[in-house]
Amino acid sequence: MNEGTGEHLGDDGPLCASRHPGAEVTHVEHLAARPGDVLVGRSVTIDRPRQELYAFWRNFENLPLFMHNIRRVTVIDSTHSRWLVAAPAGKSVEWPSAITVDDPGQLIGWESEEGASVRNSGTVEFKDSPERRGTVVTVTLAYDPPAGAIGQMIAKLFHKEPKIQARRDLRRFKQLMETGEVATAAPPYAAPRA
Amino acid sequence: MRALTWHGRHDVRMETIPDPKIVNPRDAIIRITSTAICGSDLHLYDHVIPTMKSGDVLGHEFMGEVVEVGPGNRKLRVGQRVVVPFVIACGECFFCKKQQFAACDNSNPAESADMSEFLYGYPMTGAFGYAHLTGGYAGGQAEYARVPFADVGPIVIPDGIEDEKVLFLSDILPTGWMAAVNCQIEPEEVVAVWGCGPVGLFAIQSAFALGAHRVIAIDHYPHRLALAKSMGAETLNFEESDVREALVEMTGGIGPDACIDAVGMESHGFTADSMMDKVKSSMKLVTDETHGLRQVIIACRKGGRVSIPGVYGGVTDKFPIGAMMEKGLSIKGGQTHVQKYTADLLKLILEGKLNTTFLISHRLPLEEAPTGYKIFKEQQNDVTKVVLKPAGITRH
Repeated sequence: MNEGTGEHLGDDGPLCASRHPGAEVTHVEHLAARPGDVLVGRSVTIDRPRQELYAFWRNFENLPLFMHNIRRVTVIDSTHSRWLVAAPAGKSVEWPSAITVDDPGQLIGWESEEGASVRNSGTVEFKDSPERRGTVVTVTLAYDPPAGAIGQMIAKLFHKEPKIQARRDLRRFKQLMETGEVATAAPPYAAPRA
Repeated sequence: MRALTWHGRHDVRMETIPDPKIVNPRDAIIRITSTAICGSDLHLYDHVIPTMKSGDVLGHEFMGEVVEVGPGNRKLRVGQRVVVPFVIACGECFFCKKQQFAACDNSNPAESADMSEFLYGYPMTGAFGYAHLTGGYAGGQAEYARVPFADVGPIVIPDGIEDEKVLFLSDILPTGWMAAVNCQIEPEEVVAVWGCGPVGLFAIQSAFALGAHRVIAIDHYPHRLALAKSMGAETLNFEESDVREALVEMTGGIGPDACIDAVGMESHGFTADSMMDKVKSSMKLVTDETHGLRQVIIACRKGGRVSIPGVYGGVTDKFPIGAMMEKGLSIKGGQTHVQKYTADLLKLILEGKLNTTFLISHRLPLEEAPTGYKIFKEQQNDVTKVVLKPAGITRH
């Protein structure tokens, strides 16, 4: 997502730090987002090989191990899955999701399909750290601000602190990949959750 | 199990709470045999550190016997005696591989790491028995503790070595040692140490061990100054002498080559800026009272080094940035990279080259921990270090 930013925006700053609202929508390659979507971008360096990180993420059934608002992902076939996501008041919502781009070892993109309460899409990119510190993993997520009662409820969940949610998920991914476990101080949050 | 829990300012209690369990594969459970109250526990006792929650178990200086290990822990065995570093470090991340264990990227749970990222720019490491800023991990002033990443932190103690000789490997000994290391002491140099609490006393001893020619210790408690003197330091009581004047004279007009601030926030003092700190602090205009640090920076010689093991958590004003820049000072602080130093320091203890028990003034049963906090807070002259023993533990 960070390529060519200077050309577009006048400096070398990454798109997620842009002061121009919505810059990512039009600039992030492969992201199935539309103008008006809420965007979240975040990078983290993980001291593990690119292929290993890609392979773990590519099995979407692993996502709930570090994305704590996702309760379960059921893989249907090589590109389709169903995501069961926690909603406020102990409820949950489910939607179908499809992989839109898959470049082994480098990039995965996905998008919710018809029936999602919140239209959403995302990409995760894996690049070798230029300083040889492992792999720079960049996640970009886009949500459509939804309408309707259930939509509002989900929106509350997603939009409360979407950046915080994304960065916590990435932190847990880093912990799990580097140390084999997700750090926790309290037994109720025992992790990794199988 | 029985544990000391925090409930508010000057309100700590012994309570019965559930025993800890193995949660993650690399965990271990330790049955605690000795645990101590740290000066930084008084910051929690005074409630000047934010993000505490009622019921938090305090304590980050502890040791004991391994009673259970997780399935992913290939280092520890049940029955081993270990001292546990207060810093929780994964051993696998960029920072741990650089031995900057107190900067571990993975030990602070994702939920609590946000707060320190917001405050300091990057998330802090996890630590035992401290505020939720550092993870909210249950501490060691208890009968048992869960130790995460127990294949990295705990150091195994040989049989026959009494607890008290090695207990302080958990925090204050490596903290005093790193404070002296950060002074980059050269032979024939003079080191000045502000604060003769446990960390200051170990910093004095460490400075000598690392080659300092003279160490000048500064405090206002006669008993603590006497302990500093017993370690070979010259002493200055700031109620008796003007510290800056005295340091200039004692160093022939050059000034101390390196200065250690082992006081941290809430430093005492009677000067105008310190009074102003009190007023502003009570009005919430600044968070840290830093009179001591200002004096440290002013007193340090040109081109000297300032080392800050004392704990600060927030922001301050009236920081003498001009003195720092114009004199060309190097300043280094930080939470201690405990795991980096434990093996070397254990060796020095076993060789009899470090005295680690001289500062213990009180030994109490764990059940009397609330009293321990009260006297440590209120009688600082006499109470230099409180060691607690859980019930049923006979002293080693």
